Amino acid sequence: MTTTVPRPPARTSVRDRLLRLAETVTTPLLPGDYLDLVAPLRAGAALRGRVVAVDPETPDAATLTIQPGRDWRGHTPGQYVRLGVDVDGVRQWRAYSLTSAPGRPDGRISVTVKAIADGKVSNHLVRRLRPGTIVQLDQAQGDFVLPDPAPARVLFLTAGSGITPVMGMLRAGAHTRSDVVVVHSAPTGADVVFGAELRALAARGAIRLVERHTDSDGLLGVEELAGLVGDHLERETWACGPVGMLDAVEAHWEAAGAGDRLHTERFRPTVISPGEGGTVTFTRAGLTVQADGATPILEAGEAAGALMPSGCRMGICYGCVLPLRQGAVRDLRNGELTTAVPGDGVLIQTCVSAAAGTCDIDL
Amino acid sequence: MTVIQKKPDNPIAHLSAEDIEIIGKELDAIRDRVLAERGESDARYIRKVIKTQRTLEMSSRAVLLFSLFPPAWVVGTLGLSIAKILENMEIGHNILHGQYDFMRDPKIHSTTWEWDHVSPADQWKHSHNELHHTYTNVLGKDNDLGYGIMRVDEDQKWHPMHLGQPLWNLVNACFFEYGIAAYDLELGRNLRKGRHKAPEFRARARAVGRKIRRQVLKDYVIHPLLSGPSFLTTLAATFTANLVRNLWSHSVIMCGHFPQGVETFEKTSIEGETRGDWYLRQMLGSANISGSRLMHIMTGNLSFQIEHHLFPDLPSCRYQEIAPQVRALFDRYGLRYTTGPLPKQVASAWWKVIRLSLPNRGTAQPVDDLSTRALAPSGA
Repeated sequence: MTTTVPRPPARTSVRDRLLRLAETVTTPLLPGDYLDLVAPLRAGAALRGRVVAVDPETPDAATLTIQPGRDWRGHTPGQYVRLGVDVDGVRQWRAYSLTSAPGRPDGRISVTVKAIADGKVSNHLVRRLRPGTIVQLDQAQGDFVLPDPAPARVLFLTAGSGITPVMGMLRAGAHTRSDVVVVHSAPTGADVVFGAELRALAARGAIRLVERHTDSDGLLGVEELAGLVGDHLERETWACGPVGMLDAVEAHWEAAGAGDRLHTERFRPTVISPGEGGTVTFTRAGLTVQADGATPILEAGEAAGALMPSGCRMGICYGCVLPLRQGAVRDLRNGELTTAVPGDGVLIQTCVSAAAGTCDIDL
Repeated sequence: MTVIQKKPDNPIAHLSAEDIEIIGKELDAIRDRVLAERGESDARYIRKVIKTQRTLEMSSRAVLLFSLFPPAWVVGTLGLSIAKILENMEIGHNILHGQYDFMRDPKIHSTTWEWDHVSPADQWKHSHNELHHTYTNVLGKDNDLGYGIMRVDEDQKWHPMHLGQPLWNLVNACFFEYGIAAYDLELGRNLRKGRHKAPEFRARARAVGRKIRRQVLKDYVIHPLLSGPSFLTTLAATFTANLVRNLWSHSVIMCGHFPQGVETFEKTSIEGETRGDWYLRQMLGSANISGSRLMHIMTGNLSFQIEHHLFPDLPSCRYQEIAPQVRALFDRYGLRYTTGPLPKQVASAWWKVIRLSLPNRGTAQPVDDLSTRALAPSGA
């Protein structure tokens, strides 16, 4: 015997009906497209934020204070937010650690950005961004967070902008729940982001701070840790910094059999070094093909049996556009490079783009 | 006009294959210069036009809620007409060409944009971007040459049906968006060949049906209903605005490829075409409209049809800037840059439609009423 569950009667609220009516008025656009003109941060809109302040921290770092849209769900200290900003008219997405404590009365959040050499986005944010700018946001994510209940003893091992997620945790009162040691490396004392705040915490005994100024004292070696923090392997440790440092730290903790007490955050995105040709993966079709630097991805895909959308085959009709999820392609007409890091989904014309490295195409 | 290859005074006979390759390289260089600069100002421009258009459309529709009051009718209808023209020409057409894809803004992108038009964006993109822009003015390949209902070239075969083409053209102008939807569906050909039952055609026809329903519901039902006692006057206003938009876009588009001086090409001539050959075909197959900055914006910068056809994916706001460089290239290579004020170009295109409704006079010599050019014999 089969039982049938009666379908709940379709109920449409007044709100739904009004919304549908509004849609018939605004078609082919959505009512939201008009509301975005006046209320970009309203509930129901794509998540955005308004930059309310840009405050310098060091000569090459600044803190952005952002009023997020109504749908912002909050964050846990240590998490990061993906931020989309238009640089030279092109939308670029990057992830930054939240440095504000959650639950500010004004609902604002902050991220702290360090300008890196040739960093298109970081330099724009630190030096050119003006208050009032609308930026795109994603909900906070990441598992570089403190557990509940908090561990008794904690070590934060950071370098450069790696201090940012840790600052978020300290501002949320991590030192009130655990015994906290911070070991932080920066080129000089003036380069320490949040230097004054960290030193003030240390001065009143809230944390123990070990600053390492690498310009004068050299890079911190893992073998030095035992001398600086005797019980470092017994502490729950959160490490964030350059790839080299994290690799060394992971090896050190593993070798000591304390790997499960180490948590790391790798900020450096997948490094893309463009070359000639590469492995192209059509992710949804599950096809992988080797393409040389002179073959359009469209042709490489077709040869591999992928059902590629196509059109004029000369770069004018945009009928073949597909998202490049990650990797690099070269425009066969002028050699221009387009790169995408995970999460980007840059749309490329496959008929005039050749692989310039490993590429993941969303098809 | 007649296909360029049969002309006694073939206007490209003086060009060598090397010349054509150099022209192609020079045009590539112009394109690269724009690409190097393309960025913030282009993004700001299109966002400003979109914002202006949306504000104008909503406020005009709000004014029309009181369209029983004649000044409100006039102001609202004028505003809505302009908004609809901007939406189709400077915004929809250009975004659907991918001109602003570089911004990586999912809201302003050729793959996500939908426009205030009864032809769904994806069908229009196929027939326009893919067929018309690739096979521009190639007889038998580019259906834009007369849209399959008219004869606009001496080398298109005359049929008694063409006697009525001045009338067809007028009707098409008034209901241009429906004409385009039928054209994008290849309605005539699909019906003739009995393909109207093919699932692929039916799916596309249903999509057009849905789009028409939504458009009609908005303009002719919901908006008039919201106007209450002004129901009929608002209905008349939205009908008028659609009519104005249709007549305007039809005129602008006729000026792009039909006026005197524009060349057409034989199907076989594009076999093995190089990039330089393709550029040359675009140069000679299009015509510009001269006028003020406002005129250019209202035509969606299709008044720079030549520049648009050379670089269909460059932001429309750049065409005006590169036009002098393109024109200098025409002059250097002794090519004719066809341009003229709107009334003259519209008249020239209409004259062709009227003239070619009759069979060619004589057989060998094409009739070239408006041309004052001397016919020089040429072997090419």
